[in-house]
Amino acid sequence: MYLVQFLLLSAVLFCIGVYGVLVRRNAVLVLMSIELILNAVNINLVAFGAFNRDVGAAIPGEVFALFIIAVAAAEVGVGLAMVLTIYRNRKSIDLHQVDLLKG
Amino acid sequence: MHAFLAAEGPSAAIQAGGWFLENVWIIPAIMACSFAIILFFGKRMPKGGSEIGIAAVLACFVLSLLTGAQWISEVNRADNCVAVEISEGKYECESHEGAGEQASAFGEVLGAAEEESEGAYGAGLKAVVSERTWWSNGGVNFTIGTMADGLTVTLLAVVTLVSSLVHIYSTDYVAGDRRFTHYFAFLSLFTAAMLFFVTSANTLQMIVGWELVGVCSFALIGHWWEDQANSDAALKAFLTNRVGDMGLLIGMIVLFFASGETWSIIDINKLAIDHTTSHTLLLISALCLLTAVMSKSGQFFLHTWLPDAMAGPTPVSALIHAATMVVAGIYLVARLYGVFFEGLSIAGSSINALALIGGITTLVGASLAFVQDDIKKVLAYSTISQLGYMALALGVGAWTAAIFHLFTHAFFKALLFLGAGSVSHAVHSFNMKTDMGGMRKFMPTTYKTFLIGSIALAGLPPLAGFWSKDEILVGTGGWGFFEGKPHSNGAYTVMLIMGMITAAMTAAYMTRVIYLTFYGEFRGGHHDDDHGHADAHDAHHGDPHESGPRILWPLRILAFLAVTVGFLNLPPGFLGLPKGLTERFGHYVEPSSAAKYFPKINHADPSWSLAIFSTIVVLSAVAAAYWYYFVKVNRQSPAATELVNGPTSRSSVLKAGHTLLKNRYYLDHIYDSGKPVPAVGAGIVASLFGLAAGSALGFTLDNGLNQAFLPSLTWGLSLGTVVFGIVGLALSTGVGVASFVKKPLAWATNWTHENLLDATVDQVGVRSVQAAEAVYKHIDQGVIDTAVNSAGAGSSGAGGELRRLASGKVQQYGTIMFAGATLLAGLMIIII
Repeated sequence: MYLVQFLLLSAVLFCIGVYGVLVRRNAVLVLMSIELILNAVNINLVAFGAFNRDVGAAIPGEVFALFIIAVAAAEVGVGLAMVLTIYRNRKSIDLHQVDLLKG
Repeated sequence: MHAFLAAEGPSAAIQAGGWFLENVWIIPAIMACSFAIILFFGKRMPKGGSEIGIAAVLACFVLSLLTGAQWISEVNRADNCVAVEISEGKYECESHEGAGEQASAFGEVLGAAEEESEGAYGAGLKAVVSERTWWSNGGVNFTIGTMADGLTVTLLAVVTLVSSLVHIYSTDYVAGDRRFTHYFAFLSLFTAAMLFFVTSANTLQMIVGWELVGVCSFALIGHWWEDQANSDAALKAFLTNRVGDMGLLIGMIVLFFASGETWSIIDINKLAIDHTTSHTLLLISALCLLTAVMSKSGQFFLHTWLPDAMAGPTPVSALIHAATMVVAGIYLVARLYGVFFEGLSIAGSSINALALIGGITTLVGASLAFVQDDIKKVLAYSTISQLGYMALALGVGAWTAAIFHLFTHAFFKALLFLGAGSVSHAVHSFNMKTDMGGMRKFMPTTYKTFLIGSIALAGLPPLAGFWSKDEILVGTGGWGFFEGKPHSNGAYTVMLIMGMITAAMTAAYMTRVIYLTFYGEFRGGHHDDDHGHADAHDAHHGDPHESGPRILWPLRILAFLAVTVGFLNLPPGFLGLPKGLTERFGHYVEPSSAAKYFPKINHADPSWSLAIFSTIVVLSAVAAAYWYYFVKVNRQSPAATELVNGPTSRSSVLKAGHTLLKNRYYLDHIYDSGKPVPAVGAGIVASLFGLAAGSALGFTLDNGLNQAFLPSLTWGLSLGTVVFGIVGLALSTGVGVASFVKKPLAWATNWTHENLLDATVDQVGVRSVQAAEAVYKHIDQGVIDTAVNSAGAGSSGAGGELRRLASGKVQQYGTIMFAGATLLAGLMIIII
């Protein structure tokens, strides 16, 4: 097992996530893509944590992964609530139509 | 009668004390606050601020009386004790009985023991000085503080009393004036300044107070400045005073260096008296200060401003130009008497500059008072004459007599001025010949009080003026010719004669004023009112009438004082009165020589023969004037003011004399002939100073006197020499040349003016305009405006471009964000 395998997996996941965030019009899919990005980071953290156990850090990297999972759950909760509200008002969750901040 | 020599007085002095004496600063401070309040809030008050002024000045009067009472009780305490030395130079008061034992118990306390053995007891009293240092530099302390002794409390009482009465009088006299509030504000400021001046503990403060009263005098003379004459008079007074102020500054600076860099009045006097200070420097500073006295106290030949100062409202004339401000010069001499006494070598002499100037002034003033038609001008010249009397008295060493005369004169001269004001209030004019006459029928109270004032001024017993005048005449020591050695300071026979002639002239011109104003037939009734105030008087044109109570009560009070204050200083041994009743004024006011800041002066013995002789002289002068006016002129016609075929029309000598007097000895002509009057005077005086300073410098270098402050002295004096010498010589030479070569000089001046000055000025103007245009075109329009405009346009354009970025599309924002993050990540990799 090599660290680089995990990092490659993580990079692929991250890129898929970024692609999804930037391209998909469906707000729910964008949220899911954000989850991909976050989990790519998690993989990174866990992998570094596992491979650098001998460094003797006070807090192992996995702990941060746990935090991110918790925050991500909250984020998805808020995000889905917003999407739901937008759908109620606009009968659509197309991000291209949500452009109230247009200058 | 036995001599009362100061030398027999106590040899030691104790320190006076007491709350009022230590906190005397409160008195001027009250008036200063009053000034500020009136100035800022006066106009909104129901009585225009006058109520504040009156309240403040009455409070000051009460405080002054309390201060005076405290001083008197301190003198009494010192009288009833023996000074016992408790440490080096410090004396404490021991009660008379106990002190004897004390003195014998401590045999070494010789001073007290000796006094006791001679049967003389009593200690001198030191002035109360409370000071704060506000700046200290190079070992010199600049302090501000007060000094309270007999002289101070006398002046405090006089100033606040006369000022109170004038305040009350003014509420009627200037009622309805357009600058009523301003008037009262300046009365307050004047009173504050004068009180500040008389409570000064150092010469710096004196200069400040001196200048402040000058400013107030200027403001109040020019109170009705819409009239060009009044405005001119104010300027003349101010500028003439500036001439003397220069003397004041130089004199004080010379004194400062001469007495080892101290401003303290007490120290300066002490050093002068014990001959630490160089006599030459004392002489120079005394002469410089004398010029200041000449201008402020109206001494010949700088007196010409004082008659013109009568342009101010009459109460102001009474307060400032008769009773208080003009005695500032006299006060200055009295305060720094050590300097003058030693500097002018008053003791044992028979003539000196101060006495001579005083003597000449008193004669000049009295003679000019004869030919004035304006009642106020008579009084103004009379004031000059009486101030001359005071200067004369100080010059002959009769210190107490001078201050006593200052004291009595303040009351009767204020009374006369206020009386004249009351008459003019009724007839709307000051001209005795055209608008007055027979006023006693219309204004009985004014007449009676004015008569009392006149008798007091003429010096007939037993009114106030008699006692003070008599003391001065005695003090000259000139009468010793008839009565042996009179224990005076010198033999000033010339001064005695001058004083005697003046006394006669005073009596005569006051008789003339009484006749022209109150007797004969009323000649007025045809007035055009240029009286100054927008007027409630139009209603009662016609017969003049008596003034209101606010004018009459001050007159009554002053008349009462003019009768009684003379008894405060009865001569010693007078009618066998006990010692506790005579010479009270001198006893309480004159500083003890044991306090070391006042010279040991002799007190001349009073003389019955002199008193009787001077009274006869005065009475015969009154009789002569009475015969001329009340008999001859009145017989000719009750409305006449002069004899048709009088002596001046018959004798060419008398006529010439009359013309000379009418033209006021041509002094004003001399001053006015050059272009700016004061510049000529200043020039002459300044060159004198230059010479004086130059000679002082030479003396200093020759004798190498007091090496310690020789460098600073040299610097001060050479600066004085150079600056004032050059300015003075330039001015006086310029004026001198101008008077000989007027025409070519005028032509040259004109040419220079046209071709050089005007051309320069024109060129400067044209070039300035051109430069300004260039600046406008190129810099303002070209650079600055462009910059501003492009900044605006740039912001607008940038906004237009940038607003496209704000599309409101989340994913576009996200793209930019990720692109940026990638970029930064790339940068990081490259750099690290």
